[in-house]
Amino acid sequence: MAVVHYLLPPDGQNWSKLADYKANGGYAAAERALREIKPEQIVADVKASGLRGRGGAGFAAGLKWSFLPTDGRRPRYIACNGDESEPGTYKDRQILERNPHELIEGLLIAAYANTIDAAYVYLRGEYRVAYDNLRAAIAEAKEAGYLGRNVLGSGLDFEIHVHRGAGAYICGEETGLMESLEGRKGQPRKRPPFPAVAGLWRQPTIINNVETMSQVPHIVGKGVDWFKSIGTEKSTGNTIFGVSGCVMKPGAYELPLGTPLRDIIFEHAGGLRPGRTLKAVIPGGVSMPVLTAEAAMQVTMDHDNLQKNGTLLGTGAVIVMDDTVCMVRAALTIARFFRHESCGQCTQCREGTGWLHKLFVLIERGQATKRELDTIDEVCKFMEAHTICALSDAAAWGAGYFVRRFRPEFEAHIEQQGCPLDGVSFEV
Amino acid sequence: MVLSDELKQRIAAEFPKYPEKRAVLLTALHFIQAEHGGWIPPGAAAEVAALLEIPPIDVEEVISFYSLFHPEPVGRFHLQVCANLSCCLAGARKIVRTLEQALDIRSGEVTEDGTFSIAEVECLGSCGTAPMLQVNNEPYVENLDERSVLELVERLRQRAAAASSPGPR
Ligand SMILES: Cc1cc2nc3c(=O)[nH]c(=O)nc-3n(C[C@H](O)[C@H](O)[C@H](O)COP(=O)(O)O)c2cc1C
Ligand code: SF4
Ligand code: FES
Repeated sequence: MAVVHYLLPPDGQNWSKLADYKANGGYAAAERALREIKPEQIVADVKASGLRGRGGAGFAAGLKWSFLPTDGRRPRYIACNGDESEPGTYKDRQILERNPHELIEGLLIAAYANTIDAAYVYLRGEYRVAYDNLRAAIAEAKEAGYLGRNVLGSGLDFEIHVHRGAGAYICGEETGLMESLEGRKGQPRKRPPFPAVAGLWRQPTIINNVETMSQVPHIVGKGVDWFKSIGTEKSTGNTIFGVSGCVMKPGAYELPLGTPLRDIIFEHAGGLRPGRTLKAVIPGGVSMPVLTAEAAMQVTMDHDNLQKNGTLLGTGAVIVMDDTVCMVRAALTIARFFRHESCGQCTQCREGTGWLHKLFVLIERGQATKRELDTIDEVCKFMEAHTICALSDAAAWGAGYFVRRFRPEFEAHIEQQGCPLDGVSFEV
Repeated sequence: MVLSDELKQRIAAEFPKYPEKRAVLLTALHFIQAEHGGWIPPGAAAEVAALLEIPPIDVEEVISFYSLFHPEPVGRFHLQVCANLSCCLAGARKIVRTLEQALDIRSGEVTEDGTFSIAEVECLGSCGTAPMLQVNNEPYVENLDERSVLELVERLRQRAAAASSPGPR
């Protein structure tokens, strides 16, 4: 079946201008929804579409919306997650820079469906072009009557604000984001209460990723059956796979969920450099367990299949590593990242990320013994439970699975007291 | 007084977007840095705290929590090279070394004339166009190699010279 693109403009085009977005069918879904469809029907349709969150956890979007209380408490907010800091991930940026009205339209429909007063798009502070394009698009949308008072005569008063982050991965975690938006350190909150009940300023809040919200106009505009015809039974619709690392054509590829990873690497991303063989692939950003080449050639990029094969879809950020890449250095780079980004509230995470990093440094320098490899396993087990947020697990999976799945290479570093690929592999 | 009246007005103009003034803190700090050469001068925290009606310690804590806020001076052109996995796979280490040699400083330092500083940063969401760097808060410079990064340094030197040369403004 030919791949239908609907999230991103074709051929590198940019539809940030309202006129271009509208010329390509933009805002038709919102106009119909706000004039003709009942809010409950939209929530029901998003549920029926099977849309799952694109921010990493894959939670059902319509179900999340239905957790909002029915007690009439106002105001109610949307927190839209544009922090996009999971290493390897640059998909939301494609939407924000090239199709920001799609996000605005999605937020508008979600606001109407869930009786929302305002949305805050939390954008990572470094995203300059995304910030400029999204702000300009919001101004244009407001001018055209898609935001503001009584939008399209529906009775909905709705504003979108863009809020810049300031360089902290943990602010992508949903409650860290809320703390940050409120003007504090981005340290995640204990749950319950969940954001649907007590989110931003302790008011009812739905939180969704940029890409999740950008899917909504297409579900409403083209229908639930159309959406469900794309992807697999339990992973519906297209997503944007950001491919990076050792491939000929790294890039953001919009494809159906369930696309074989082999096709993404060897067809869309142009395959490996001449003479190289595949060693390892991270399928969904550095928080997700790495796959061996053999496993990577078997999997399809949907939630069920990846879970069956010992990893997770995460953000769909595919990082490809060929036979020149040292697994110890890769793990070390990831461990360093998590050590830097742990917010320090939980002992397991604060201490565990520090230990992991130190252990990988020792191994990389050829100063470790086999005991250190076992220690890594123990540290990972210690980290994988009872923390306030999932960063601790992510660090244990992202770095720890390199040892679990490429143990001989770690042992070789210990036996040879250094990197067997030194001079060949990338440097850290 | 660190904050000009104009800056205070710009900060206050953000208040209506939120139910609490505190929510403007990150935005206010971004504004201050942009006006003060990329870092937050001493005294600014107390003034922001007064403006937002929050304790000064809350502002200090936020400044130290977020890596984009600099309580110490950075170069006029702060070169932030991504050193995360995808960029390292594409040769980010070489880019850092090339910059260190060209500017005669180590990563983490500022040149004596204050024009440049180098920092290694985490993934900037540009992994398919690696290696890459960001100058201040400008649009990314992507698909770097040793030559293009040296050309970038040259362009920035010219910008610095043009800005400091006397003449009509
Ligand atoms: C450490 C950590 C970092 C995260 N970073 C992001 C992020 O940058 N962007 C994002 O959308 N979700 C991120 N998430 C997931 C959010 O917590 C949350 O699940 C998501 O925003 C919900 O939106 P969705 O259901 O539409 O995916 C992160 C989670 C964790 C634990
Ligand atoms: S798990 Fe780590 S990042 Fe998450 S709250 Fe605990 S210390 Fe902070
Ligand atoms: S790893 Fe460098 S931009 Fe993502």
